[in-house]
Amino acid sequence: MADTPKNSSSKQLGSKPITGAEILIRCLHEENVEFVFGYPGGAVLHIYDAIYHQDKFKHILVRHEQAALHAADAYSRSTGKVGVALVTSGPGATNAITGIATAYMDSIPMVIISGQVPTYAIGEDAFQECDTVGITRPCVKHNFLVKDVKDIAATMKKAFYVAASGRPGPVLVDIPKDITAELCKFEYPESVSLRSYNPVTKGHLGQIKKALKLLAEAKRPMVYSGGGVVLGDASAHLIKLIQSMGLPITSTLMGLGGFPASDEKFLGMLGMHGTYEANMAMQECDVLLAVGARFDDRVIGNTKHFLSTPRTIIHIDIDPSSISKRVKIDVPIVGDVKSVLADMNELIATEKPAQNTNALASWFKQINAWRSKKCLDFAQSDEFIKPQYVIQKLHEVTKGEAFVTSDVGQHQMWAAQYYKFNDPRRWINSGGLGTMGVGLPYAMGVQFAHPNAQVACVTGEGSIQMNIQELSTCAQYHLPIKVIMLNNRYLGMVRQWQEFFYENRYSESYMDSLPDFVKLAEAYGHVGMQITKPSDVEGALKEAFDMKSRFVFLDFITDQKENVFPMIQNGKGLSEMILASDIGAEDL
Amino acid sequence: MTINAPRHIISLLMENEAGALSRVAGLFSARGYNIESLTVAVTEDPTLSRMTIVTSGSEAVIEQIIKQLNKLIDVVKVLDLNDGKFIERELMLVKVKATGAFREEMKRMCDIFRGRIIDVADGSFTIELTGSGTKLDAFIESLDKAAILETVRTGASGIGRGDRILKV
Repeated sequence: MADTPKNSSSKQLGSKPITGAEILIRCLHEENVEFVFGYPGGAVLHIYDAIYHQDKFKHILVRHEQAALHAADAYSRSTGKVGVALVTSGPGATNAITGIATAYMDSIPMVIISGQVPTYAIGEDAFQECDTVGITRPCVKHNFLVKDVKDIAATMKKAFYVAASGRPGPVLVDIPKDITAELCKFEYPESVSLRSYNPVTKGHLGQIKKALKLLAEAKRPMVYSGGGVVLGDASAHLIKLIQSMGLPITSTLMGLGGFPASDEKFLGMLGMHGTYEANMAMQECDVLLAVGARFDDRVIGNTKHFLSTPRTIIHIDIDPSSISKRVKIDVPIVGDVKSVLADMNELIATEKPAQNTNALASWFKQINAWRSKKCLDFAQSDEFIKPQYVIQKLHEVTKGEAFVTSDVGQHQMWAAQYYKFNDPRRWINSGGLGTMGVGLPYAMGVQFAHPNAQVACVTGEGSIQMNIQELSTCAQYHLPIKVIMLNNRYLGMVRQWQEFFYENRYSESYMDSLPDFVKLAEAYGHVGMQITKPSDVEGALKEAFDMKSRFVFLDFITDQKENVFPMIQNGKGLSEMILASDIGAEDL
Repeated sequence: MTINAPRHIISLLMENEAGALSRVAGLFSARGYNIESLTVAVTEDPTLSRMTIVTSGSEAVIEQIIKQLNKLIDVVKVLDLNDGKFIERELMLVKVKATGAFREEMKRMCDIFRGRIIDVADGSFTIELTGSGTKLDAFIESLDKAAILETVRTGASGIGRGDRILKV
C-alpha cells in the first residue's frame, strides 16, 4: 500500500533506537492487546526475548499453533476485540492455517504475527522456510511481508485497522528474523488512511426508507439475522426494531444470541437443522429482511427451491460482495448493520409507519400452527442418555448464562438447538469452515477473556481428540472450563448421513480404541467424570459447575443412534424437512 | 464457464506492490472465474499499476467479479469497460515462414492488416500487429497454418473513450 499512515501526527515514543522485536511489542502495547496466544520457534526468538522483558500483555503458551489461532479467535468472538496470535516460520505458520481459515470464514478480526527466515535467506529453501504470505493469501483479509525494520510500526497499525474495520477478518504480518534484530526509532502512527480501502458504514437513507415501507406493508414479513449482528454489536438495535414492529425473526447458526431465544417472536435457528417454523416462515414470507447474513447453502438449502416462492428481499450487509451473491436482492443496503438498524429505528420513531396489523396477526397464527409441530421434541429414555437432554440440563444448570463453545458435528447442532442463547457473543463455534477441534481452544480463549464466567465446551469424542493436547494448556493456566463431551462412539454427523444416504454403510465413522477420558483428564491434573445414566446427568453437571476453580471433563456416554432433526437433505428446499416424527425415531 | 457468456474487459488500478498481481490472479482461480487474458504494468504514477482483465460471465458473475476485486485491499479502482464506450488494443508478434512464394505472400498479408515486419531473416519474417483481439484472430486465420512458426500476444489493453477516465 502506497499510503503511509499519517506520520505527521504519529506519537514520538522515545528517540532511542530499539530493535524490531521491541518495536513489535510496543505496537501491541499501543493497541492495548491483553493476550497474545502463541508458540515460540527459531524465527521468533528475538520477539520472544522482547516478550520476556515486558508485562503489559500476557503471552499464552499453547501446545500446538492451531490452538493459538483458535484461542485468539474465540477471545475476539467473545469480546469484540482483535485477537492476536504469534507463530514461528515454516511449520508454525502452516499449523496456523486452519485457524486462520476458520476465522476468515466467520469474519473474525485477528492479527497474526508469523516469523520468517531472514530476508537474505528468503527463497533459498532455508530451514523452516515457507511462503507464508503466499500460502495464507486466499484465507486472510490481507497480509504483509515486512522487509524493513522501519515499516514494522506502520504495518502493524494498518494490520489492526484492516482487521477490525469494514467486514472484519484475519490479517497476517510476516516478519523476517533479521528485521526483528535491527534497530530503529519507534513511532506509532495515530491514524491510518488507505486510498484503496474505505469501507462504507452508513446505509443509503433512500433504500432504508424503501425497506421500512416494504416491511410495514408486508402481509407475511420475516427477519433473518446472521453473524453480522453479533460481530457488528447490533443486537440492541435489532431487538428494538423487532419489538417496535412486532416481526417474527429467525437466526443463523452464527447469529444465535443476537436476538433473545426466549422471546416469543423468535422462531429458533433456520437452515439444514433449523426449526420447522423458522424454515417454513422463511419459505412462505412475502417480505424478507436479511441482516448481516449471507444466504449460504446450509441456510437456505436449494436456491432454486427457495426462489420458487416469490418474495421481496431486503439485505443489510457491510460487504457489497455478500449482496446478490447466491440470491438476487431487491433492496440492497450496504452499511454497518448497527448504523443501518439505528437509522431504521429512528425513522420508525419519527414516521410511525402504518402496519398491516390484521395480516401480521394471521401470519403469527400460521407461524404458531407450524410451531405446534414441536419439531425439537425428542423421545426421552431411562436407559440411554439423550444428547439433547444433556444440553437442556446444561442450559438449566448454567441458567442460560454460560459461554458455550462447540466443536463441529451433531453435538454442535444440538447445542445450537437446545441451549437457548439470550445474549450475543455467548455462542462460539466454527460456522463457515466447520472446523473440528476448535471447541477446547475456543473455550480457552473465552475463559482468558472472561475469567469469572462459566465456560462450557460442548464437544464429541471425535472433535475433542483433534486438539486434546490443549488439556495441558488448561492445566498450566488453571482454566476452570467444563468440557461437556457427548460420547456416542461414532463420528455422529457422518454416521447420520451414512444412515440416511448410504444405506447404513458406516464407513470409517466408528471411533474404536477411545482413551479412558476420565483418566486422561486426571493425568493432566483435571477432574474427570463419566456419566452413563440419564438420572445422573443433572447431578453431574451441578457438581461440575460447583467446582468453580477446576477444569472438569464430563464424559457423557450417550445414545449411539440419536440423529439431529429437523434435517434438510443436501439439495432439498427449506420446506422439505425431515422431522423426527416423520421417521419414528424409535425405529432407527 | 459457458462459452456464450458475454466477454467483458475489466480495468483496474492497484497498488504497485509485490504480491498484488497474485491476489488478483488467485481471486479468479479460487472463485472459478474465467480469465481470457490479463495484462499489467506500472502507470505514470509509479505507486500504481494498471491491469486489464478480459473475462466472460453472466451479468451476475461479472457483478460478483467487480465486487470481489473491489474487496481486495490492494485494489484502488475497478471499472467494467463494457459499461460504456471503450477502445481495446492488443499487440501480437508473429514469426512466419518467408521462403519462396511465402515471402511475397507474407509481405502482402502484413500490409493488408497494417502490420509491420520488424525482423527479417533468410527463412522468416517477424510481423508486429496491433488491433482488437478479433483483428488479431482474423490475421492468424487468414494465414496458412503451415506458415506460422510462432506467435506471442500481449492480451488486451483497454481504455474508455472520451471523458471516461480511470484515475485516482
